[in-house]
Amino acid sequence: MRFDRASRRGLLLVSPPAVYVFVLMAAPLAAVVLLSFWTQDFLTLDRTFTLKNYREAVSEPLYRQLLVRSLMISGAVTVVTVLLAFPIAYYVSFHVAPKRKSLWIFLITIPFWTSYLIRVFLWKVILGFNGVVNSGLQGLGLIEEPLTIILYNANAVVITLAHAFAPFAILPIFVALERIDRSLLEAAQDLGENAWQTFRRVTLPLAMPGVVAAVLIVFIPTVGDYVTPRLVGGPNGLMIANMIQTQFLKINNAPMGATLAVIAMLSVTVIALLFIWANRRWLRGQG
Amino acid sequence: MRKGRLLSVYALAYLVFLYAPIILLPLFAFNSSSIIAFPLKGFTTDWFSELRTIEALHAAVWTSLFIAVVTAVFSTLLGICAARAGTRHNFPGKGGILGMIMLPIVLPEIIVAVSLIVVIIQFFGFGLTRWAVIAAHVLICTPFCVAILNSSFGNLDASLEEAAIDLGESRFSSFRLITLPLVAPGLIACFLISFTISLDEFIIAFFLTGTEPTLPVYIWSLLRFPQRLPVVMALGTILVALSILLLILAEYFRRRGLKRTGKEDHGGFL
Repeated sequence: MRFDRASRRGLLLVSPPAVYVFVLMAAPLAAVVLLSFWTQDFLTLDRTFTLKNYREAVSEPLYRQLLVRSLMISGAVTVVTVLLAFPIAYYVSFHVAPKRKSLWIFLITIPFWTSYLIRVFLWKVILGFNGVVNSGLQGLGLIEEPLTIILYNANAVVITLAHAFAPFAILPIFVALERIDRSLLEAAQDLGENAWQTFRRVTLPLAMPGVVAAVLIVFIPTVGDYVTPRLVGGPNGLMIANMIQTQFLKINNAPMGATLAVIAMLSVTVIALLFIWANRRWLRGQG
Repeated sequence: MRKGRLLSVYALAYLVFLYAPIILLPLFAFNSSSIIAFPLKGFTTDWFSELRTIEALHAAVWTSLFIAVVTAVFSTLLGICAARAGTRHNFPGKGGILGMIMLPIVLPEIIVAVSLIVVIIQFFGFGLTRWAVIAAHVLICTPFCVAILNSSFGNLDASLEEAAIDLGESRFSSFRLITLPLVAPGLIACFLISFTISLDEFIIAFFLTGTEPTLPVYIWSLLRFPQRLPVVMALGTILVALSILLLILAEYFRRRGLKRTGKEDHGGFL
């Protein structure tokens, strides 16, 4: 392909951010992969190529357990977040007056921009033994003993992350719903479909790109969270990112940490691709 | 419309869920008990005055402010380049290159942190300074800037610039005189958003912070001490108030930007 003047100018313009991302993301990611094939020998780094870390990661039950749990928790967070978010996106897109839509979106995004650490900590206060939920339910006489199933376990991690990632799920779905041509819905109704059929056969398939984006944008980052599991997860709510952090910062085994990071990334990527593939098949079945 | 009413009840309940932690924050910040639990005891502003006496906190605030300002400047500049190239130019590999620039938005933060620490420590053997945190924050803030500026540049009528060039302005001066003032609100929104993200970012900063903790890293260290928690609540209240203020400003500028280019408003950031 020959570069004409206009495309040269475009390339020149895009090069600062592209080079930046390449140097600070692509190259470091390659370095992580390289490091995962090396080993840490107490204080020195052994640079001979080996699969030892991967063998250890696969055979050690703790690593396997943490990885499986992380994927399960992230999966649960994704399902809960997207299911809770869809009606909100639908409400704002279809039932809120056009002039007030941006106010709603603004209201939804505000909590997301406020101190993440403190927000997670406050969920501990809300869900705790003497917390808001328990004292509230006890005050109403609905329960006698405080509920213990809502703090220091995976449920607490799911609730807290569903809160933290809410706008990430709502916004893409909202954008997809806004793009739907409203006359298509009228056409479906004119042709005798009821409200539910219209939703399932017209609205939902057209909203799917937004739902897929929401699923990916929630699922992928949550696997890498270590603050929420640490603060509200208890010993049985810890995730793979906590182990990666420990390997790097506490027990000084960076190669093992790199290996776990690579495995986590690969699993996430495979699951994400499977999901996209399954969705394509479903949409094809619809149309 | 029974369905509509059901949905609005749900929407209100959802807003309560979203705002629950933020509403609790000031309650505990002004509560005279040193234990963060109900029932509340009495009103006090002691926790706020205690904030003034903690020197380590002040150092952390200055570190974070420095990092956030530098991050905001660089991410806005990189965002201008990418958004401008994406909306105005065609070049080979465009989709791939722009996709790569947006990728950090979905990359788990721990992966960003791990990959940078590997390069900085294992490969180059450098120490960790605040510039390591800045480098990482610019990486994760730039996609947000590109997203905001894509709509600013996209909404712009290309013929305005062409007219300026026809009237004898150079390419650069037409950009400076015509385009820049029209997208200025978008730029301010980018700056404020990046500033807010950087100021609040913990996962990466915890890995890359050296001897100078950022504010979130300092807050994390406080969370381990139960007796310091009320002070954290007071600090959190101030931070939340500040971020809400910044966001309202960012939103104001974003809307003004849309008005200048004569477009309708559809939704918020991102």
